[in-house]
This record gives sequence, C-alpha cells and structure tokens, in this order.
Amino acid sequence: MSTSGLDVARVRADFPILHQEVRGRPLVYLDSAASGQKPQAVLDAITHFYAHDNANVHRGVHLLSERATEAFEGAREKVRRFLNAREAKEIVFVRGTTEAINLVAQTFGRKHVGPGDEVLITELEHHANIVPWQMLCEQQGARLKYVPVDAHGDLVLDGLEALLTPRTRILAVTHVSNALGTVVPVKELVRRAHAKGVPVLVDGAQAVTHFPVDVQALDCDFYAFSGHKLFGPMGIGVLYGKKELLEAMPPYQGGGDMILSVTMEKTVYNRIPHRFEAGTPDVAGAVGLGAAIDYLEALGREAIAAHDQALLAYAEGALGSVPGVRRLGHGQERSGVVSFVMQDIHPHDIGTILDREGVAIRTGHHCAQPLMKCFGVAATARASLALYNTREDVDALVRGLHKVREVFA
Amino acid sequence: MSSELKDLYQEVVLDHGKRPRNFRAVEGANHRAEGFNPLCGDQLSVALKVEDGVIRDIGFQGQGCAISRASASLMTGAVKDKTCEEAEMLFARVHQLVTEGPAEVDTEALGKLTVLSGVSEFPARVKCASLAWHTLRAALHEEPEPVSTE
Repeated sequence: MSTSGLDVARVRADFPILHQEVRGRPLVYLDSAASGQKPQAVLDAITHFYAHDNANVHRGVHLLSERATEAFEGAREKVRRFLNAREAKEIVFVRGTTEAINLVAQTFGRKHVGPGDEVLITELEHHANIVPWQMLCEQQGARLKYVPVDAHGDLVLDGLEALLTPRTRILAVTHVSNALGTVVPVKELVRRAHAKGVPVLVDGAQAVTHFPVDVQALDCDFYAFSGHKLFGPMGIGVLYGKKELLEAMPPYQGGGDMILSVTMEKTVYNRIPHRFEAGTPDVAGAVGLGAAIDYLEALGREAIAAHDQALLAYAEGALGSVPGVRRLGHGQERSGVVSFVMQDIHPHDIGTILDREGVAIRTGHHCAQPLMKCFGVAATARASLALYNTREDVDALVRGLHKVREVFA
Repeated sequence: MSSELKDLYQEVVLDHGKRPRNFRAVEGANHRAEGFNPLCGDQLSVALKVEDGVIRDIGFQGQGCAISRASASLMTGAVKDKTCEEAEMLFARVHQLVTEGPAEVDTEALGKLTVLSGVSEFPARVKCASLAWHTLRAALHEEPEPVSTE
C-alpha cells in the first residue's frame, strides 16, 4: 500500500525485524521514536566493514587502515550532504544526541557561560536537552530559563524577546517534541535569537527521521541527532557545528586522535572535527549511519515526509474514534508521534495489554518529566510512526485499545 | 484475553486498582517514605503509625498504574496490625511471588496477596508491583532518601 508515493510494502520488505511474531501475533512496531529499526542495507554495511575493511583509522599505513579511514570519512561526507552543512569538518561523530549536547555544554558552555549568565531552553525538551544544561548552570553559577509551552503543545513565542536577555549565552531547543510531536519553528527561533546575538543548538533527534533538514537554511549554530533513531546503528550520533564556533571551542575529551602532538609538557590539539573525537571512533557505526542515509535518500526524503503526514493524520483520526481516549499535543505543526491518555487507565496498563496483542508502543514520561507536569499527567501512551508503518498498524493499535477498554470495563 | 493477561488483571487486582483501600493520610503517623518508579514517573508515599513494634495504621497516596495501586492497597490491608518483623517477612514473600511465580512461595502465608502472582509472567511490571513494598520497608527503616525501583 502507498499513502504518498512511498512504496511502503517494499520498504517493509527491507526491514527483516518486522517480519516476526511477538506474543503469537504479527509484530506491530510503533516505538520508532525510541529507536528505529534497521534496513538490511545498514546491517550489510556493518557486516561488510567488519568482514573486509576493519582496522583503526587515521594512523595505519596499511591498506585496511586506508579503507577504514576512507569508509569513516566517507560517512562524514554523507552526513554533511544529509544536513547540507558547508564542510565535512563541521560534522563531529559522537555516541548520540545526548553526547552531542553534553559536548556543547561542556566545551562551548564552559567557555562562554559564567556566573549570572543564562541558558535558555524550552518546556518541550526531553531530559537529554535539560540535564546537561542544568549541570552546566550548576557548575558555572548560571541560570536555566524555559520558554513555556501552551495547552496545545506549541511553544509560547510571544515573550521570547524578553526571555532572551543580554545575559543569555545559548538557546537550546528541540526540532520535534518526542512526547507530543510538535514541530518547533526553529528557523524563526534562530532568527530571533541571532537578532539578540544568542547562538542556537537544535536537538534534531526526532526531526531528521521524518523530514529533510537543512542546517544552512535553518542557520542554527549546532544540530544534534542520533544514528539509531535514523534507522542506523546504536552508539553513533552526530554533532553539527558551524566551523567558526567549533574551531574556537576547547576540546571535549582528551586522548588519541584529538592531538597533533604531545610532549611531556604540552599537547597541541588536532584540527576540527578530530579534536572532538578522542580515541578509536565507532567506525562501523559511522559506516552503518552512512548506509542509513543512503537508504533514506534513495527512497526520497520528501516522500518519507509525505508518508509521515498522511499516516499521522490517519492515526489521529483513528484514535479519536476510541471512546475515552484523549490525545495530547494539538500543536500547529506535528510530526511522527501520537501521544494519548485513556480515562482512568494508566498508560503502563495500556502498554502491557497492547504488547499482548503484538503492538509495541511506549508508555511513560518519555524522558520529558517537566513537560508531563505542564500537562498535568505523569505519563502518556505514545505511538510513534516511521516510514515502514502502515494504516494496518494503526488499525491494530485501535483494536488493541478496544481490548484495553474491555479489560478495564 | 490471553490467560497471562487474565492472571495479571484478576478481578481483585482491578477492584483494588480502581478503588484502593487506605488511600489516605494517616493521623499520627510516625514513619513515612516516598517511592519513585523512574521508568514510568509513578510516585507514591506510604505513612505508618507504629506502636510497640506493631503497625497500628497505614495509608498510601500518590499515582500509579492498576498494578501498583492494587499492590499498595492490598499491602495496607495485609500489614495492618502486624509487627514490623512480620511485615518484612511478607515483603520478602511478595517479592519472591512477583519475581519467581506462585510455585516458589508459601502462598498460604500470603493470603489475598497471591492475586499478585500473575505479575511474575510480566517482568516489565515487577517494579510496579513492588514499589509500594520497597517504600514500606524504607518507611519502617526510616531511610531519609526517597526509594527508587531503579
């Protein structure tokens, strides 16, 4: 079936994990916001690397090291193209979004944020874009401030200029809320923050999987995402940073590969991006991520985005047909997830019963406890959509929710 | 419904989840603790009035799923008028029941609490069932830090 020019049946055939039974039922995987499944092309790329090219990078004079280096730097170039960064050196490989944000907090942040300064984030953030800033503010004696969210799940941007004070040193904001699916108007935020001289970090973990992202068009200063959510391997991720900013940042971790020379007394740090990539990197991870990017680009990112919107609309409608279901997140622009609660039935109980129907969703606070508090709930049930999901998956979810009602009738 | 689901959500569990007993503050409480399940954000507090080593009154408050509320509700009924030592022994038995299943424990000594046995088929839900009990133990021991199931 096709909702949007994307041949979903063909896409599904590319993902071996989807073709199994769980609890005696066909698997319906609606938890891609937590981690995406991997196409065969990604699995093959990882296997091929370890079977043919495995060696350490940037230091061997032998052929395998050359191949490994080429594969690693080739993956960096793919990421550059994927984000439309100007140069490959603006792409730093890290373990994931969380590490990318910690890197910026502990290098850029430590350098530029001092006592009495302010860091601005939003109430939409998940813990990865809260805790590193809380830690930084505690270390530096700075203040953490939040852009509020309204009842629909949109950021309240009326008061943004007042929140951006002469003491604001950075604004860190998610591109898409993992808990509500709200798409944040990042371009506008960047424009308004830059007007006050404030650099912007964007957490793109939930965005890159659903629609094209162009860091030059956004003009953001940093952009972070994780490989595993992008249908690549776990343990690899990306920090994009504008060259001038990265070049002016002190190193993150010390060790091999991040130096030009080390004497007993002094170390001269390597150029970017290597300065931020201490130690042996996850080369196979980068290769797998490169393969995931190739895969998505071959399908067409516009077609994936159209599929996301069509399926999201279908899912929101379908959930509305289940009595007692209340959907959270009615932001103007949404992507990727439907978050909901059911009258008197705790999300955890919903999750267990759906699991017995073969339907995998996420229940809980989605590592966004402050946001849950804004909505007066401790947790929600969240079905998240990906390119391999179909209307049939949504229908299975709805059937499962009727089962939930039966149990708790 | 699958038989495991039926075992998990037995009538008694659903009833206690919906209408938890002793869901209230305890007057004259002299032992208290708070418990968190970081996995789902659930939070509950347990308050006790202990006299001469005997639990004279117990109540709990907070939010949670059907399993955690039912477990807490059943717990308050089971430990009331028991000594602190008896409550600790019950904790150990319940913990074994929800982790290893009914075949492994003396179900007679557990009485009504055996309805929690279905949890053993759901490893992801063990924390829900045991949160109240961990919190009870912390209250008895007067541990200053909140309890976490992590």
